Amino acid sequence: MNRMQKSVESTQAILESDAIAVERTLAGDRDAYRVLVERHSHNVFRLAYRMTGNRHDAEEVVQEAFLRGYQKLRQFAARSNFGTWVYRIAANYAIDRMRQRQKEEARREAPRAEDRDGMENDPLNRVPDEAPTPERLTQSMELRKQMEQALAALSDAERTAFVMRHWEGCGIEEIAEVLKSSSNATKNTVFRAVQKLRRALQPFVETGAQARAMGTES
Amino acid sequence: MKHMSEEELIAYREGVAEQQAVISRHLAACEECRGELDRIEAVLAALDTLPVPEPGADYGRRVWREIAPRLAERSGRWWHVWMEPRRLAAAGVIVTLIVAAFVAGRITRPGKTSDNIANQEQVRERVLVVAVGEHLGHSERMLVELSNATPTGPTEKEVNISAEQRRAEDLLQENRLYRQTALQEGDAGLASVLDELERVLLDVAHSPEEVTPAQLEAIQKKIEGRGILFKVRVVNKELQQRQEATKPAQSDSTERERNKV
Repeated sequence: MNRMQKSVESTQAILESDAIAVERTLAGDRDAYRVLVERHSHNVFRLAYRMTGNRHDAEEVVQEAFLRGYQKLRQFAARSNFGTWVYRIAANYAIDRMRQRQKEEARREAPRAEDRDGMENDPLNRVPDEAPTPERLTQSMELRKQMEQALAALSDAERTAFVMRHWEGCGIEEIAEVLKSSSNATKNTVFRAVQKLRRALQPFVETGAQARAMGTES
Repeated sequence: MKHMSEEELIAYREGVAEQQAVISRHLAACEECRGELDRIEAVLAALDTLPVPEPGADYGRRVWREIAPRLAERSGRWWHVWMEPRRLAAAGVIVTLIVAAFVAGRITRPGKTSDNIANQEQVRERVLVVAVGEHLGHSERMLVELSNATPTGPTEKEVNISAEQRRAEDLLQENRLYRQTALQEGDAGLASVLDELERVLLDVAHSPEEVTPAQLEAIQKKIEGRGILFKVRVVNKELQQRQEATKPAQSDSTERERNKV
């Protein structure tokens, strides 16, 4: 049996097993939902982490996605793939969480501009953040920092479109549904995301490539 | 030869171009466009190296453990959920807030409407301040104990931190509630410190029950590195001051009455 056939059969088995678990949950067997949670948590976490950029928010997204999934399970009955469905719920909630996070950050930033003296006197601000270490100055760490910043600078829709398309391999229609947008507009969003990432990162990627070519990179 | 636009090349790379075959043929013949595509590829390849932390083999089980009691909120008998020990504390806070709001309403009813609202807000804030103060105190004690934990002997291979871990799990639930309340009340500073505390509590709650001395040291360094104990102490002190500041509403009038005599 070749690998492709094995993979198709295993996917088919998961879909059938998911469908049974959904049916049993709907019939009142709450523990049947556990099978779905344990099976799909890792995938949902990966998506959530890439969208939110931190573990803390990602874990909250995973939990909320499964709670909402449970609540809306009757709406799912007609659909075919629980994994894809809960994935979409997670993506939607991750967008909400990112917006909420931006508001929190904005509130946190605001006093700095308005009342610098006050903030300098605030003992909380004298607590040093993670100090720069020699490692952080290395090229790869610098590139990583730049990549995280470039991703954070994307709009919520751009980041969602990029994560779902580039990293998670989702179809344009599926992403469009999450973004509540048309297919063409979603394709454009993917393009804008890659273009922005390219503008932000190409100089650093080229520096790294040059350094490797010259054998100067550690 | 007309070259491909950046948009076409990105769409091709991401597999969403309408004319994948046409672009593919063009690339086979055009070195310049191949070079451009390589540069796009290099950026995307670099992004692919960004790591996603591995949540652990038991992650699915942990998610289930966290959400299972909350599933009952959505269907089933609601009071079962609140009988869970970790929820009792949060339930206590909510009951206190309701009682406080009721008492505030009773106390301030005869006065002017604007005064009533101000007093009710003051009582609500006071209740939140007291509850968060207690929560911060509990969190601080747990973190101090964890920071001071040491292996019992030089040959000790693992340290059991299951007690701290369980306390961190309980505190995590409360912390989320207080953080959301602080945000709703517009207290961004408090919400920010609670957010940082939540990350540390999350780390502790998700640590193994038995840790090696090296793992314990890593946890302790994390607590120390974020300066969270100091921040918690500073905020707790501020809360105590706020608590004092909200008292004069009643004592001022008593003071005035006393001065009249």
